[in-house]
Amino acid sequence: MPTNRRPPAGITLRGIVKRYGPATVLDGIDLDIAPGEFLTLVGPSGCGKSTLLRTIAGFEPQDEGQVRIGDRVVDRLPPAERDVAMVFQSYALYPHMTVAGNIATPLEMRRLSLAERLPLLRLASPRRPRIRREIMAEVEAVARQLDILPLLARKPAQLSGGQRQRVALGRAMVRDPAAFLMDEPLSNLDARLRVQMRTELAELHKRLGATFVYVTHDQVEAMTMSDRVALMEAGRILQLGTPAALYDTPASISVARFIGSPPINLLPAEARADGAIMTEGLRLHAHGALPAGRVTLGLRPEALELAPPETPGTLPVSLRRAENLGAEWLLHAVTPGGTDLVARVPATAPVPERFSLAIDPARLHLFGADGQRLVTRLGLRVPA
Amino acid sequence: MRRRGLLGALLSHAVLLAGAVLMAAPFLWMLLTSIRPPEEVFGTVFNLIPTRFAGYENYRVALVESNLPRALLNGAIVCLGILAVQLLFAIPSAYALAKLKFRGREWLFGLVLFGLCVPIQVPALPLYLGLAQAGLLDSFFALMAPFFLTVFGMFLFRQFFRSYPDEVLDAARLDGMGEFEIVWRLAAPAALPAIAAFSIFSIVAHWNDLYWPLIVVTSAERSVPSLAILAFRDSETGGNYGALMAAAAITTAPLIIGFFAARRAFLRGITMTGPR
Repeated sequence: MPTNRRPPAGITLRGIVKRYGPATVLDGIDLDIAPGEFLTLVGPSGCGKSTLLRTIAGFEPQDEGQVRIGDRVVDRLPPAERDVAMVFQSYALYPHMTVAGNIATPLEMRRLSLAERLPLLRLASPRRPRIRREIMAEVEAVARQLDILPLLARKPAQLSGGQRQRVALGRAMVRDPAAFLMDEPLSNLDARLRVQMRTELAELHKRLGATFVYVTHDQVEAMTMSDRVALMEAGRILQLGTPAALYDTPASISVARFIGSPPINLLPAEARADGAIMTEGLRLHAHGALPAGRVTLGLRPEALELAPPETPGTLPVSLRRAENLGAEWLLHAVTPGGTDLVARVPATAPVPERFSLAIDPARLHLFGADGQRLVTRLGLRVPA
Repeated sequence: MRRRGLLGALLSHAVLLAGAVLMAAPFLWMLLTSIRPPEEVFGTVFNLIPTRFAGYENYRVALVESNLPRALLNGAIVCLGILAVQLLFAIPSAYALAKLKFRGREWLFGLVLFGLCVPIQVPALPLYLGLAQAGLLDSFFALMAPFFLTVFGMFLFRQFFRSYPDEVLDAARLDGMGEFEIVWRLAAPAALPAIAAFSIFSIVAHWNDLYWPLIVVTSAERSVPSLAILAFRDSETGGNYGALMAAAAITTAPLIIGFFAARRAFLRGITMTGPR
């Protein structure tokens, strides 16, 4: 690894539009990625997150807008000249090359001329052996960092999924790029390895201090590794913020639904002109003005608490199923109005046969009829 | 259950064996005749195994009293020349048809499919006239040129390249490889089974071809094995079937040896299992 690594570059996207025929896949994306940031693009499949990454890499040039990496506008540059490295979902290793050959390729492409890469002809180059030695030294340094030094002579087919993943990372790291682009790099790994690689990737990011743009459909990966998360849907960024911001103050129902596991509970409610909000026989009130009409209440599973049955100001529910997660219970219940709820409660005592669910009004989210967050504090009026 | 399995196995092996005998019989007959003394070939008494081993004189006549050595060399030059140019053009074309996006790609591929339907006899006359006009008849170029572009090869390799993972190509582009380097450093090595299969098809077809050499070759210096055997039969040794069969055996030997050497790759190539 070169000790004098270059400072990481930021990435700026302005008004990126991408169309495939009549379909608009990216619909005006503006995004500023800070140097050294770990930014995750997350969203359901087909939301355009992978296309956005491939636009940054230069594989799918945008129809409108501008991509800037560091202080260069790269719109007209081919992928190789954008100074970014990419890790692919399938790892995309060169199948007939050894691990060492795979990691060495980006350096060989840059430092050796075409003639020096040709069979036979390359033997004529006097400087080639020296350059090859330098390259192999760097390859070994990267392999040592990733713990794959003993694998250098193997072919990709002889490696496990986790090992291939590391080789793909090594091939990206050896270039010392301005930014790392990662397209669902963990989704081909089994569950246990995925958790382990999550930690390793986050540590790698910290150690390298490089800019990471990471694409995933898995909100857990997005929440656990990122500095900031951009949640995408239908070619737009719905919300951009820290994982905590997306979790605690979701900008819309879509964001609230996507982030969090188990997903947020949504209760249909009715807002009245006098500021009262009625749901399931409960009466809440908003501090501040609120247009009357249909609204939706969002409750995270941990915002619900067990209460004795028929406590005033609680939701009387019937239990469907209790899942024991060891430290806590997941209680799947249904309200009298027919809405399914999930509550996450500490597994301190056995689950009572009959119970109510108490709501912490400070942790309620309120969404308007258009699905957007309504910024207002809520209170709960308990009948005397 | 087990009895039926055994019976089925016996039956299928019997059928396969019969097929194998049927296929191999002409070859064995050729080999046996090539070591038979002349008096026994048309003799009234039939022996499966020759009574006297006449292989030495038959093969000597075939190699010394004919144009065969020269023709074998010519055949090798022509076949390898054709194959080299075919691969040089068919592999990049097939890669472009399989993996690059450009206008008219489907149309061009349609032309390739159309080309598959055209036998050599159709363009033979214009090709002959063209070569005659250019004064190129009776040359290696005339023997090889009509086969330089192989739509069959393009089709075969295209089907093979289609299964090559796109992400690997993207990774290569990001690493700085151009499309030609991708073709020869990544796609071609992965297509080795297909290349082996195609090579055998190509070499067998052109080694055995009689039609085209018969049209463009007139001199003994440019003769190829199939022509040499034809000439051998017509010439003074015409009645010597032992020597003729020896010549035929010598001619087929390289193909058979080649097939056995590349058998595994050949089968893998035509069953079309992609890379990995």
